[in-house]
Amino acid sequence: MIRFDGVTFTYPDAPGPALGPLTLRIPEGELCLVVGPTGSGKSTLLQLVNGLAPHFTGGLLQGTVTVFGRETRLNRPRDLADLIGVVGQDPAAGFVTDTVDEELAYGMEQLGLPAAVMRTRVEDIVDLLGLEPLRGRALADLSGGEQQRVALGAVMTSHPRVLVLDEPTSALDPTAAEEVLAAISRLVQDVGMTVLLAEHRLERVAQFADSAIRIHSDGTATHGPTAQVLAGSPITPPVIELGRLLGWDPLPLSVRDARRQAETLRARLHESTAPSPPTPASTAGVVLTARALRVRHGSIQALDAVDLSLRAGEVVAVMGRNGSGKSSLLWALQGTGRRAGGTVRLAMPDGPEPTGQRQTGLIPVRAFAAFRAFRRVGEPTSAGTTDGAVDPATLQADAARRQIALVPQSPADLLYLDTVAAECAESDRQGALVSGTTAVVLGRLAPGIPVDRHPRDLSEGQRLALVLAIQSASCPRILLLDEPTRGLDYATKRRVTDEVQALAAGGGSVLLSSHDVEFVAGVADRVIVLAHGQVVADGPALELLSASPSFAPQVAKILRPVPLLTVDAVRRALLVAR
Amino acid sequence: MTGVLHPMAWWVWALGLALATTRTEDPWSVGLIVVAAVAVVFSRRDASPWARAFPAYLVLGAVIVMVRVVFHVLVGIKTGQPIILALPRLPLPQWAGGIQLLGPISVPGLLGAAFTGLQLAALIICMGAANALANPKRALRSLPAALHQLGTAVVIAVTLAPQLVGSWRRVHRARSLRGQHSRGPRAVLAPTIPVLQDALDRVLVLAASMDSRGYARSMPGKSSRVVLPLMLAALFGTILGTYALLDGTAPRWLGLPLLAVSAAVAVAGFILASRRIRQTRYRPDPWRTQESLVAAAGIAAAALVMVAAGLGGRLVVGVPVLGLLLPLLVAAIAAMPAVLAPRPER
Repeated sequence: MIRFDGVTFTYPDAPGPALGPLTLRIPEGELCLVVGPTGSGKSTLLQLVNGLAPHFTGGLLQGTVTVFGRETRLNRPRDLADLIGVVGQDPAAGFVTDTVDEELAYGMEQLGLPAAVMRTRVEDIVDLLGLEPLRGRALADLSGGEQQRVALGAVMTSHPRVLVLDEPTSALDPTAAEEVLAAISRLVQDVGMTVLLAEHRLERVAQFADSAIRIHSDGTATHGPTAQVLAGSPITPPVIELGRLLGWDPLPLSVRDARRQAETLRARLHESTAPSPPTPASTAGVVLTARALRVRHGSIQALDAVDLSLRAGEVVAVMGRNGSGKSSLLWALQGTGRRAGGTVRLAMPDGPEPTGQRQTGLIPVRAFAAFRAFRRVGEPTSAGTTDGAVDPATLQADAARRQIALVPQSPADLLYLDTVAAECAESDRQGALVSGTTAVVLGRLAPGIPVDRHPRDLSEGQRLALVLAIQSASCPRILLLDEPTRGLDYATKRRVTDEVQALAAGGGSVLLSSHDVEFVAGVADRVIVLAHGQVVADGPALELLSASPSFAPQVAKILRPVPLLTVDAVRRALLVAR
Repeated sequence: MTGVLHPMAWWVWALGLALATTRTEDPWSVGLIVVAAVAVVFSRRDASPWARAFPAYLVLGAVIVMVRVVFHVLVGIKTGQPIILALPRLPLPQWAGGIQLLGPISVPGLLGAAFTGLQLAALIICMGAANALANPKRALRSLPAALHQLGTAVVIAVTLAPQLVGSWRRVHRARSLRGQHSRGPRAVLAPTIPVLQDALDRVLVLAASMDSRGYARSMPGKSSRVVLPLMLAALFGTILGTYALLDGTAPRWLGLPLLAVSAAVAVAGFILASRRIRQTRYRPDPWRTQESLVAAAGIAAAALVMVAAGLGGRLVVGVPVLGLLLPLLVAAIAAMPAVLAPRPER
């Protein structure tokens, strides 16, 4: 049992408490979900449970946190290791050893268990979580979902009574997320673990949770049955949003519950949406074409003969498992990523931009690139051909940013100045924009962002907004977004969606990669599915997403065969039906 | 984990080689031992990041030799014949303590400088070889539990170094997306900010993970209050004892006896500290014949060089061939692990 008695936690040098006052009681064997907007203190709450806050983070803890009778004030995290298992958002960053077996045993070694006990427990956990195929493998070679399962197994071998999970599925593709959630629910059902779980993608976990803690913006929290807590929350999965829209009572938490309640709705919508006209094939011109694009990373073929075209005003989502080549595709199209073959052509209606060898890498690398370019003189070059199309890789970095801008997976990499205001000014200078342009875009994306703040101290969503503003301020004709919704709450995701759609409405094209089916359903016109570096499907979002079992958003699953993907679409369809 | 040698075996071997290079006056021997070490690394290293980092030690070794030679040419004391390059002497003013810039370069002077550089380089390459062949994380487990603070630091450093390279590449690539940057020192320093931030974040995540998984947890009930005073007393005693030993006017009883007592106190502190932490091993690295053979190769190489050095020139004068053969024999023994050690899985 986990008890919070009048807990208030204040970080060092912070003006006010990050959390509290909290008084909670999570009974044994419960799976409790922690929800709240980005930066609301979900991670702090989890860290309080095993004493990482304040023992590791520093700060002032008032009140008491007790886990099965042991108080975190008197016990350091290492002393609670036999009681509480913690798995973070990025399990790879927390691995201490190199192989799966060693990692599974690590916690037990620290507890000083005899070798015979360790061997039995490793076998037990391997069976329980289905890790047998992974044994003996190097941790670095595992996929994201496998790493997350090994991390779960590694804390489970110590036989903890409480499991604390911080966004266990946020970096995973839908299939891997299912695997991890199946493992977690196995631990709850079969072992009776008490689980405290923070997650942004409620659509994935809400149905498993017995109770939920909702953290408010003032640091206080409400705790109660999941449906009850989520009903009053602005942060809800689509299934609850749909239930709220239709006034269902009780609110459904799972697709199964909702589907049973949606029978009449399906019938009603079936009539109104049946003759839904196919989305008109965009007549606008093709702005980007890739033919037989190949990318190699060492011995791995990341992209294998990918053909792709992008039209003006179109939002295209690239989906696929972790490691299927999504990021490689975006980097190769932008031109900074190295290609092993194929051509990329960017239509240039406004005349040529200055071209030149883009300088990246160390000097020897550049020299080598120049040498290779020299050797290729005989081959046909795509730069400066008669139709006005160019290869983005031949554009100078400044020109490339005006044509085809990329927001990478870890947006913070692009930031290097002291304040938000300085970054915005630098962006205006680089893009030769009217002073203040970037700041205006930023204000739209993340209203109320403090301009004198250091970019490092922004929340994840605010940081993404800043980079998105910098990269889209000069109105690039093509915007590439690599996993833009990682770690974002629903409200921030909505603003990203609005910005992307505004850009497309203005004639720009957006190509984004994402695992987040709900986000893709809301934003994309067309979906491309990659597997093992090859395009396996390419078609309208509506068609592809409602057909696939793993990529279908909740609304599509509830309303199948009615082809609607989002709650907004249902709302519009209901207006038509009336 | 079959096919992996006990890390201590590699360390014994490498330390033996390092000892051998410092105890010989013969550049031929040092060179051959370095060649042997490099051969073993390249035939028996695996694909881990620290194994891939070995060429960096070779580069560092070459740089050391070059720096040593350049310093000799610039400020070294020039003696000997024959002279190969008659550079002018540039005497520095009185306050510089009679150091002379440049001066005539002689063959023995140049060779001597290169040799001392080579010896230092050999030492570094031997240590690099041990690092490349023995997984540092596994090696660390053979240390006493009391050194757990050191353990945390090493695990973090070892994990971090390859990641730093990775995140530097990532940030550099990402920054090219933004186009032209401002010039000046700020633009040069700019990529270091996200890289270091990334590194710090990762360090904290890893340290938090080790902490919450019970690393270095102490046994309940065994107090740590004695350990700190013991260690402090040992440190103080050592300082005082060393001072007494070096200063002739200090009372006799303050020298060696105090040092011995301090050492004993330190050992007691270590034992007490280790008792507080109980760790077990899931699958301890076994010590098999192969480990003994590899360790023996290093010890034998060191012993042979030291015996030859102890006999002085007598051996060489008596049998001239031996002067050439002995270094070859030492190198052959040093290179034995290239055959003796199991082939790593790649």
